[in-house]
Amino acid sequence: MDVNIELATWSNLLIYSAMAVYAIAFIAYAFDLFGGRTLNSAAGGRKATAAVAASAGGGRVRRTARTSSSVAVLDPETATGPAADAGSGGGSGAAGDAAEAGSGGAVTSARTRSRRLARVGTALTALALLLHVAAIVTRTLSVMRVPWGNMMEYALTASALAGIVYLVVLKFRDVRYLGTFVAGAILITLGLCITVFYTPAAQLIPALQSYWIYIHVPIAILSTALLSISAALAVFQIVKAATEARATPRWLRFMERVPASGNIEQVSYRIAAVGFVTWTFTLIAGAVWAEVAWGRYWGWDTKEIWTFVVWVVYAAYLHARATRGWGPTKVAVLNLIGFASVVFNFSIVNVYFNGLHSYSGL
Amino acid sequence: MTKNPTQQKPGSTAQKGAAGAKTTGTPAVKAAPANIGFLGMLRWAWRQLTTMRVALILLLILALAAIPGSLLPQRIQDPIRVSTFIEENGAWGEFLDRVQLFDVYSSIWFSSVYILLMISLVGCVLPRTNQHWKAMRQDPPRAPRRLSRMPGYQTFRLAVDPDAGTDRPSATAAAGGSGAADSAAGGPGDSAAAGQSLLGRAQQRLKKQGYRTVRLDDHIAAERGYLRETGNLVFHASLLLLVVTMAVGSLFGYSGQRVLVEGDTFTNSLVSYDSFEPGTYFDASRLDDFRLRLNSFESTFDDQATGSQFGQPRSFEADITEFHEGRETRHLLEVNQPIRVGGTGVYLTGNGYAPVFTTRDSQGTVTFSGPVVFIPQPEASGYGSRGVVKVPDAEPDQLGFVGFLLPTAGLNDNGELISRFAELRNPYVVMNVYRGDLGLDDGIPQSVYELEADDMVQVTDASGSPVTLEMAPGETVELPDGLGSITLEGVDRFVALDIRHNPTQGLMLVLSIFLLIGLGLSLFVPRRRMWVRVTDREVEVAALARGEDPRSEHAAKDLALELQD
Repeated sequence: MDVNIELATWSNLLIYSAMAVYAIAFIAYAFDLFGGRTLNSAAGGRKATAAVAASAGGGRVRRTARTSSSVAVLDPETATGPAADAGSGGGSGAAGDAAEAGSGGAVTSARTRSRRLARVGTALTALALLLHVAAIVTRTLSVMRVPWGNMMEYALTASALAGIVYLVVLKFRDVRYLGTFVAGAILITLGLCITVFYTPAAQLIPALQSYWIYIHVPIAILSTALLSISAALAVFQIVKAATEARATPRWLRFMERVPASGNIEQVSYRIAAVGFVTWTFTLIAGAVWAEVAWGRYWGWDTKEIWTFVVWVVYAAYLHARATRGWGPTKVAVLNLIGFASVVFNFSIVNVYFNGLHSYSGL
Repeated sequence: MTKNPTQQKPGSTAQKGAAGAKTTGTPAVKAAPANIGFLGMLRWAWRQLTTMRVALILLLILALAAIPGSLLPQRIQDPIRVSTFIEENGAWGEFLDRVQLFDVYSSIWFSSVYILLMISLVGCVLPRTNQHWKAMRQDPPRAPRRLSRMPGYQTFRLAVDPDAGTDRPSATAAAGGSGAADSAAGGPGDSAAAGQSLLGRAQQRLKKQGYRTVRLDDHIAAERGYLRETGNLVFHASLLLLVVTMAVGSLFGYSGQRVLVEGDTFTNSLVSYDSFEPGTYFDASRLDDFRLRLNSFESTFDDQATGSQFGQPRSFEADITEFHEGRETRHLLEVNQPIRVGGTGVYLTGNGYAPVFTTRDSQGTVTFSGPVVFIPQPEASGYGSRGVVKVPDAEPDQLGFVGFLLPTAGLNDNGELISRFAELRNPYVVMNVYRGDLGLDDGIPQSVYELEADDMVQVTDASGSPVTLEMAPGETVELPDGLGSITLEGVDRFVALDIRHNPTQGLMLVLSIFLLIGLGLSLFVPRRRMWVRVTDREVEVAALARGEDPRSEHAAKDLALELQD
C-alpha cells in the first residue's frame, strides 16, 4: 500500500521538464523541415550528385558503401538515379572512394542541405527521452510496481517507447523528417497524461495483480509505439505520393525534402509488420490472461472486440500489399485505419465503454 | 453471390457474358461468364472466393461487422442490459434484436462472413500447400536466359589466373555498365577450368548461407527461404484449426455461476448452480466430483491514495477448502489465481456483503434467520449494496424487506446517506417493509434479489408514510402493526464463483503458439533465388526476391564481391 509521494512528485516534475525539452526539439525539427532557406537549391544538388555517381561508377564499389545504400536519403535528388548505390551521408563516402581512385575531383562539396537544426532536434529528443524515462523510473519506484497500471501510465510508457522506436529507426534510416511529428505527438501525449489522464500514484487493483502484466501489457505498449511510427510514415507516404503525381503546391514544398514514397512505404511496412506480430502476441497473451482472471480466453469484451478489429484491419493491410489493384496509397490508408482503431481502442473504449478492461483509473 | 444462370433470360445472359469478356483484367470482381451451367457457376464462385481480392474484402467486412458488438449491449455479456435496452427503445430495439445486433458474434451475418473467409482460406491454403510441397522436393529453377533483367544483377570478368593479383577484375554496377580493365589472358581450357572452380566456390558459399543449390552445366541455381512459405501455411492452417477448435470447445464445455456465503459448501452438481450454461453436447454426468467450502473472505481497499484512486480495491482473498477424491486441500482463491480441479477451473468473479438477519413474529418466535446476499450496486459509492429479505413464514402476513447496505455510512454534502468506503467501518442497513403475498407458492421461479411486490403493500406508520428501518449490527427494530421485529446480527461476506470447463483450451494455446511462429517466419524470412552463371569470360550473379526481401540486391552484390576475392 505504500506510495512514496516524494518520488511521485519528482516524476511529475520530470514529465514537465521532458515536455519542455520535447517542445524545443519540436521547434528545431519544424524549422528543419519547413524552413524555407534551401528549398530552391534542388537543381544544383542534382548536378553534383551526377558527378558523384559517375566517379563512383568508374572506381570500384567499395564494400563499405554497401551499408549506406540501404539508407534512405532526405534530399530526393540524391535518392534518384544511379547514385542510389553511393548512398546517403551526402555521398561523402562515395566521394571519398572516388578521390582515392583518382578519377574524380570536385565532388567533395556535394551540396547537401545543412541539417544542423535536425541534429539539434535529434539531440534534444534524446535528452527529452532521458527525462521521460526518468519520469517513468521514479513513478515506478514510488509505487514499486510496473509503470502501466492505468491509462496515464500506459500513455506515459507508450510515448517513451515510440520515441525510442523512432531513434532506433533513425540508426538505420534517415527519417528525421518525422521528428516534428514524433516530438509533437509525444508532447501532446504527455500533456494529456498530466491533465486529463492524470491518475495519482497508487497500487494495482486485484484484476491486474498477475505476472501476465509483465508480459501482456508491455508488448501491447510496444505494439502501440511501433504502429504509431508506422502510421506517421504512412501519412508522409500518402502526401509524398500525391506530390509525386502532380505539381507540388507551394505549401507542400517541404515534401521535396522527404524521400520517395516507395522508400517511405518500405520502412512503414516493415515497422507495421513487426507491430502486427507483437499485436498478435498481445492478443494471445491477453487471451491466456483472460482465462486465468475471468475463466474464459475469449468473451467479446469491448476491449477484446477492438483488439480483434485492430488485428483484422492490419491483417487486411498486409494482404492488400500483395493484392493486385491495391495501390500503395490505398494500402497506406488501411494502415491509418488500423492505427485509428488502435487509438480508439485506447481512448474511447477505455473511458466510455463498459467492459472488463476498465483500468483507466479515471 | 452465386446466381443461377438458368433463371436468367437468354438475352440478358448473353449480354452479361459479353460484358464479362470485356472486363477481363480489371481489378474489380468479374461478372460470371455466361453459359457455364450450374457446376461452372460454382467453380466460378469458388475461384472468386479464393482470390486474395475477395479475401481482403471479407477481412474488412469482418472488422466492420465486429464493431456493433462493442456499441450495443450483448446477450453473452449481460442479458439483463439487453432486455432493458429493448424495453427502453421500443420498436427500434425490437428491430435491432431481429437483425441479431444483440447477438453479433453468433449472428447469421457475422458467422457467414467468417465462414466464407474460412472457406476462402481453405481454397487458398490447400493448393499452396501442394505447390510448396512440390517446390520443396524440386531443385531450384534454372536460370532464365537473360539474367540482366533481374533486380539484383552483377557482372564481372572471369579471372583466369587467380594468382595474378595485379589485374583483378572489377565489379561494375549493372546500370552503369562502363568497362573495366580487360584482363583477358590464357586459353579457353584455362577459362573453362576457372569457370568451373568459380561455380564450385559459389555453390559452397550459397550452401553455407542456407541456400538450396543445384549445379547445372553453366550455372548454379539457388533458392532460400522456403520457411517463409512454410510459415505462411502454418499460420493460416493454425488459424483455421483455431476457429474449429474454438467451436468444438464451446460445444462440449460448460460454465456455471454460484454465490457462496462464508461457511457455505458448494457441491459440483447441476442442482447446486445458480445459473448454468452447458454446451450443446455437454454431458452432465461428466461433471467433476468435488466440493468447495468458503471458510472466509477478506478484501482490502486503498485508504491512502488520493483522487480517483481512493477506495480502489487492492486485494480479494478467499480461503477455500477443496474436497476431491477423499482429500482436503486448502486454497487461497484470488482474482488471478483460479483453483483447478481436474479439468475444471474455479474463478473468483465477484464478492460482497451478506448481512445476517433474524426476524421474529409478535410472539417472539423466529421466522427467519440467516445471511442474505446484498449485491454491490455499480452506481453506488463504496460498495453500497442492495438486497431483499423474504420471510414466507411470517404471521399474519408474509413479509418482504428491500434493504440497502452502507459498509461505511456517512452523510454527503447534500445530507444524503451514502457509503464513504468499501470496507466495513460503520455498517448500516436501511430498509423498507412490504406485507402481503410473496408469490413463492406459484411455482414460477423468481429472483432472490428482487421482490415481486404486485401482491404486497408497503408497511406504513401511524401517519401513513412508509416505514424506513435503519439498523447497525446488533440492533433490533420493532415493526408496526404487531408484525414482529427484525435484528441485524452482523455482516458476513460472500463470493461469486465462475465454474468452467473447456476441453479444448490447451489445444487452443498450442495452436496459438504455432500461429505466432508461422506468422513470424512468413513475415521475416526472406525468400530469394540466386543464380551464378559463367559464359565465356563473363560471370553473372543475379538475385530475385520472392516477396518482401529488402536485401536481395545486396545479396547479389555481396556474392559478386566475394567471388572476385
